[in-house]
Amino acid sequence: MEKTWNNKAWFLVLPVLVLVAFSAVIPLMTVVNYSVQDTFGNNVFFWAGTEWFEELLSSSRFWEAMVRNLIFSFIILAIEVPLGIFIALNMPKKGWGVPVCLVLMALPLLIPWNVVGTIWQVFGRNDIGLLGYYVNALGIDYNYVQDPFDAWVTVIVMDVWHWTSLVVLLCYAGLVSIPDAFYQAAKIDGASRWAVFRYIQLPKMNRVLLIAVLLRFMDSFMIYTEPFVVTGGGPGNSTTFLSIDLVKTALGQFDLGPAAAMSLVYFLIVLLLSWVFYTVMTNYDAER
Amino acid sequence: MNFDLTWMAWTWPTAAFFGTIFLLLCGMAAWEYASPGGNPRVGVLRFETTRGDRLFLSLLGSAFIHLAWLGLVGSNLWWALALSVVYAVGVFRYV
Repeated sequence: MEKTWNNKAWFLVLPVLVLVAFSAVIPLMTVVNYSVQDTFGNNVFFWAGTEWFEELLSSSRFWEAMVRNLIFSFIILAIEVPLGIFIALNMPKKGWGVPVCLVLMALPLLIPWNVVGTIWQVFGRNDIGLLGYYVNALGIDYNYVQDPFDAWVTVIVMDVWHWTSLVVLLCYAGLVSIPDAFYQAAKIDGASRWAVFRYIQLPKMNRVLLIAVLLRFMDSFMIYTEPFVVTGGGPGNSTTFLSIDLVKTALGQFDLGPAAAMSLVYFLIVLLLSWVFYTVMTNYDAER
Repeated sequence: MNFDLTWMAWTWPTAAFFGTIFLLLCGMAAWEYASPGGNPRVGVLRFETTRGDRLFLSLLGSAFIHLAWLGLVGSNLWWALALSVVYAVGVFRYV
């Protein structure tokens, strides 16, 4: 029997295309237009060519923010992914503990970014904050407002607190989908706990881990609200990540041209790194 | 209804840039219509890529070639464009 083709189904994709056009493509096109022009307001633009890109690529401020952002994302992934897997492995698989753990894990994810920032801003203060006060009482000199290292620790711990749950929930979803037969076979073969993890659980979690790594990388690379609320990018510029720098340029200084050029370079880097992550992990999966 | 698009600050160079991207996508659609399946193959990167993947790699790589040229050489981008075309041909031939 000959297979019938009905191309009318393509019309079903139209709403998505319109949505993506208005939410992503048109704003991106506008940013490209702004990146080669300069404006002093009143919607009057002057052609600037590649000037903003040249200025950006030779700007130490941009590269420093980029390095900070890459280091931040690397630390976040190095902590949240193993920690998320560890917690998911130790969560109950049946009984009343399951809903309790799931609700507890989901709680940080339900809190808006600016509220998380405010919570940690107060929590870390060494005069009225629970964390800051007791850490200082233990004899550790902790002051995230003045010390760049303390500011970094605070921002990282805050992000781990906020987002590890996402990795946990994704890994847990992967773990509960493994049929019991796999564990029974492993038991018959006398597999160790490590062997069960390495050859059954980890491969079965591979796809959800891919999503977790991608989401956490993109999110941490584009982080803005939490560090902005907690440290405002300081002390000095020590926690000024790319997005904070971008907002300072675009809204603080109203330099739309340089900000648009920065946005595009930022976008290309996110696109490249996400593609690398995606390709490496999907091909690793395909080889298996 | 007012279709004023001056807020988007269009210029001829940016319009030409997006027009080229649009034409490339139309060309890819026509190619797919003429030869369906995306021509998947394993190239020098040692993993399977389709025509769409190769176009994505060409465009992304071209963007970085232009940025690198701006940062390292200068603002005359015609050589960067030529290099990008050579790169894209290489990607479509070997990746």
